[in-house]
Amino acid sequence: MLTILILTISAALSAPQTTHRVSVGPGVWRPVFPPEEGLEEIAVPRFLLDVTPVTNAEFLAFTRENPAWRRGAVSRLLADDRYLARWEGPDALSADAGPNQPVTDVSWYAARAYCAWAGARLPTVAEWELAAAASETVVDATRDPEFLAAILVWYGSPSPGVLPDVGGRAANVWGVHDLHGLVWEWTEDFNSVLVSADDRDQKGADKVLFCGAGALAAQDKGDYAAFMRVASRSSMEAWYTTSTTGFRCAADVEEP
Amino acid sequence: MRTTALVSLCMALCWAGCGAAETPPAPAPEASPELPALAPPAAGTTLPDAPLYDLAVGLEDQEGAAISLDLYRGHPVILSMFYASCRAACPMLISRTRRIEDQLSPTARAELRFLFISFDPERDTPERLRHAAVEQGLDLGRWTLARPAAPDVRLLSALLGVKFNRLANGDYNHSSVLVLVDRDGRPVARMGSLAEDSGPLLREAERLGGS
Repeated sequence: MLTILILTISAALSAPQTTHRVSVGPGVWRPVFPPEEGLEEIAVPRFLLDVTPVTNAEFLAFTRENPAWRRGAVSRLLADDRYLARWEGPDALSADAGPNQPVTDVSWYAARAYCAWAGARLPTVAEWELAAAASETVVDATRDPEFLAAILVWYGSPSPGVLPDVGGRAANVWGVHDLHGLVWEWTEDFNSVLVSADDRDQKGADKVLFCGAGALAAQDKGDYAAFMRVASRSSMEAWYTTSTTGFRCAADVEEP
Repeated sequence: MRTTALVSLCMALCWAGCGAAETPPAPAPEASPELPALAPPAAGTTLPDAPLYDLAVGLEDQEGAAISLDLYRGHPVILSMFYASCRAACPMLISRTRRIEDQLSPTARAELRFLFISFDPERDTPERLRHAAVEQGLDLGRWTLARPAAPDVRLLSALLGVKFNRLANGDYNHSSVLVLVDRDGRPVARMGSLAEDSGPLLREAERLGGS
């Protein structure tokens, strides 16, 4: 059984990087907490996005070529002590973490390093949210109660012990899979989600509190799923790993 | 579960709004007040358990000299992020740090160092940083103001647990954070906002500086 697993992984690794990306946008993102007045709509230029989250097999290939990112080799600064915890070992996946499942238990630093190795980068929050606003049929489904309800059902479900393979759900209108229903995903500027007053001239002592004015300026209060993602991103630190957080990569559109 | 509690608390505070009379946001759908199981579980503490200097980052100080993050290795250091054009929170953050500095014993004060890194390398040139240092009355024998390369701003904010985003006019929204590290750069204490009591950080700074 183990031999078969190793051979399968070897076969996967000998293939060149074949991550499939599609074009998303351009479009407009309406953040639930606009960063400032007048910025309720943020233009997002066209970009390329991985159609599925990065898999265990892909991440294993990365750690084989970049031994500094092997489990056990990474500084606790860059990933906490649960880094790649589901894997059998630094060099081996497991029954709980199969080759085509989304890789989890990776920190922001690890995700970033992977994307750089793949000649790409992490998507920004704006890019991710723009892509995630789409249903199978429309670009912006964030005012569709059924679409939002389905996401909340996922958020309310117990996490499965073994994650499903990537790509199992229907793609959205951009051709991207699994933005909802699989794993939480790291973004480049995850720590830009700032539910606080800005630091310009302020009128009250209250405004230095972190959770100050943001809620008062919330728009689209019906999109509770988006609030959940704000809370999730706000709760993370770059070195954290969790069993339900993975990532995918993005890239700039090359000028012809 | 601590992260879950933290997020729940944050969200509870946000829904309450901090004191202004506004229409409350629509109530959340009926569900348990706890985040669902799929939410990120508590994944660690608010301080990484390793020296910050494990990440080598180049900086430029207020004299234009090339330095790096571990400039003050061998000393206990208070690190933070700021920007020179900031008119409210940053001066408050610096004055809070100055107060900590002043409350240290002479022995500890002689040992402590302060490294404040700019969010805004484009505008915070060495000249601008020197000006800011003078404005704030900083002792440059113990303080360094520095700017990173532009691509490293996000990296440093992640390292120090500082949240920020850049506004359209070039200003920055940001949290006000102080991180105290020991002589090896290992984080020991953290003040996460100006609303936090900096007593614990002061006590740890005194402990590190006195030994």
